[in-house]
Order: sequence, then C-alpha cells, then structure tokens
Amino acid sequence: MPGLKDVKDKIEGVAKTSQITQAMNMVASAKLRGAQDRMEAFRPYSDKFAEAMKDLSGGMSGSLPLMEVREVKCVEIVVITSDRGLCGSFNANILKIAKKKMKAYEAEGKKVTFVTVGNKAAQGLKRTGNIRKSFKDIMGKFQMFNAREISQDITHNFLSGESDQVDLVYARFVSIAKQIPVAEDLLPIKPVEVDENEPVPEKEGVSGAYIYEPEPAEIMEVLLPLYLNVQVFHGMIEIGAGEHAARMTAMDNATKACGDIINDLTQLYNKARQSAITGELMDIVGGAEALKG
Amino acid sequence: MAQIHLEVVTPSGPVVSDDVDIVTAPGVGGDFGVLANHAPFLSTIKTGTLSYTKDKQTKYLMVSGGFSEVSNNKITFLVESAEYGSEIDVDRALRAKERAEKRLSQSQSQSENFNQTRAEAALQRALARVHAAELARQ
Repeated sequence: MPGLKDVKDKIEGVAKTSQITQAMNMVASAKLRGAQDRMEAFRPYSDKFAEAMKDLSGGMSGSLPLMEVREVKCVEIVVITSDRGLCGSFNANILKIAKKKMKAYEAEGKKVTFVTVGNKAAQGLKRTGNIRKSFKDIMGKFQMFNAREISQDITHNFLSGESDQVDLVYARFVSIAKQIPVAEDLLPIKPVEVDENEPVPEKEGVSGAYIYEPEPAEIMEVLLPLYLNVQVFHGMIEIGAGEHAARMTAMDNATKACGDIINDLTQLYNKARQSAITGELMDIVGGAEALKG
Repeated sequence: MAQIHLEVVTPSGPVVSDDVDIVTAPGVGGDFGVLANHAPFLSTIKTGTLSYTKDKQTKYLMVSGGFSEVSNNKITFLVESAEYGSEIDVDRALRAKERAEKRLSQSQSQSENFNQTRAEAALQRALARVHAAELARQ
C-alpha cells in the first residue's frame, strides 16, 4: 500500500497536468477558429483559379516545361506537417503515408527525395536520409511568400531535371474530428481533363472566343507557377487548421484521462486513509483491553 | 451608365465586389481599360495600380501578380495581393523601396540570381504601393 503522502502528491500532480491540457485545448480551439477563417477566405481564390486552369489547360499538355511528362527516375515528395507536436497521431499519420510512398517508389527503382515543410516532417524523415531541403518554423504564419519560396524551390529542381515528378503529402481538413492524410500530384501539372460528354456551358455572347493577352501559352507560363503556389499554400492552410483540430481532440482526451486517474487515485487515497484510521482504532481498543486485563 | 461587376480576390479573401463604371488595370502588355459589356477577355496582370470609377469617384488599388478574366459583364481579378491606396502605409513602402534598392545594388556584384529577382519584385511592389497611395491622396 503506497503511503498517504505519496498518493496525495500524485493527485496534485495529475490535477496540475489536467489544468495544462485544458488550457492547451482552449488555446487550440481559439487558434482553430482563426485557421478556419483563413481557409474560408482562401477558398474563393483557389476555386476561381482552378476554374481558369480548366478553361486554359485543355490541349496544352507537354507544350510547357512545367507540364512536361518525362520518364520518372527521381521522385520528389513534399511533406507538410505542423511545427509542433502534442496533437495526437496527426503528424504520425502524414509521415506514415510519406514513408509508404517512398517505399513504393523505391521498390520500382526510383530515387526519392523529400522536401519537408514544418518541423515535425523534418524530424520524422531525418532517418531516411533522403531530405533535400527543410522549411522550418513557417507554419502558423500563413504567408503567401512562404508558399512561393517552397514552390519556386521545387520548380527549380524540377526544371533542372533533378526530379521528374513531384508529389505532395499533407492532411486534408474534413472536420474538427477528422483529418485525412492525402497524397496529390504536383508536377508535372496535368491538364484538367474536360469530360467530352459534358456539354460545355455556353457563355453569353460568343462562347469560348476569349481575347487572350498575351498568347494563351504565355499566360499559362505565368499561371502555372502561381497555380503551384496556390496548391502548396492550400496544403499549408489545411495543415494549419488540422493541427489545431487534432490538438483540441488530443488535449480533450488527455483532460478526460486526467480526470479518470484522479478518480482512481482519490479512491486509493481514501482507502489508505481509512485503513490507517482502522489500524489506529484497533491499536487503541487493543491497548484499552490490555489495561483492563 | 451601364455598369460592370468587379471582383478582386486574393488568397486572404475578397477585397472588392462592386458594380462599377470603368476599370483600368496593369496588364502585362500595358494598361487596359474595361467598360460594361466587354468581350470575353483574359490577361495576366503585373504589379501595378488598378483603378475603378463608380459614381464619379475613382478608387486606386495596388495589385501584384495574377490574372484577370472578363466574361458575362463581370471582371474578376485573381491577384496575390490587393490594397486600397488610401490604406497603404507610405513610410513603410518607402522603407521597403530603399531596402530593395540597396539589395539590388549589392547583389549586382554577386551573381545571386534568385535573390535578385526577389529584390526586384519587392521593389516593384514598393513602387506600386507608393504610386497607388499618391493617386489616392489626390
């Protein structure tokens, strides 16, 4: 039976831990709101962008460097995670997908390099020895120029022939309770396929007769790098929201677990106290009996 | 006067959504103006000043890199950033301009291509900010 004081100290310790986890939960939920607002604000931009890409990209495959399909010898995987831990299995799930992809590519005899975004990706993939570049401490700021720096870097690597294909691994924010790790293709950019059975929506006036300035190919040259920015930024924003949601859940669970432990320990404490009292009573009664004798 | 619907959208949210009389924008091939019922049109946008007029009042915005699309009497700008001239911190823009100029003059000796293009872009943005702010003040 542990001593009374030990149990009491332990209860106090656990209570303090639960205070911290509760505070973290509240901080995460406040930050999640901000991250969700940002996601909402970004949506019209990315939606419109995807629409324009659809209009323009048809029939342009292979004609531009960023759309060039080559024989794949080296695959680059861009992995986005959060900077900080304590958010359950959120980052671990992303890393699992990344490693699985790496193994699959290596089994096909392709070389794999990683570009990591977020501290946890760098830590988790260090052992593979395949990290080409790490971007750290930029999550949570959500600046477009951060995304631009990343996409410029991978574009440069792709154009110089160091990589023939670039994938993106991150977690999609579905709801507060659900974030799904996903893998998407980044480069080469595939033309959005237009379903031929689907009737082309007739725009008012002359349909499809756009005046382009400059030529469509030149527009695409400007648009494609921007599109890449949009995709990387999108990934970062989703991770930003997902991280806080995952942390909220994790901290909520931790707070609940603390409550359970405190209950168990309190019971233990009461039992120990009771048995001590009983023991003392027995002593007194025993002593009194002996005196009578 | 017939109006055209103007929308300016950036990654951090929509900036303008309004029916206006005329829009002037910095296209890559030079500035262009768009009135109501313009033919479908698509152009890339460089860093510069966008202006629009409504009820005889002209407003100026600094925009950086993106593209615009005109269709169905609606003009949409997708740009990386857009700021009203009246809200621009001119001192800050001037400081940024000086910084970028300094960096450019330094990097000419070295051949740091990447940093140079970045500094150039920063300079462009700073100049556009100052320009938009000046126009807005008049």
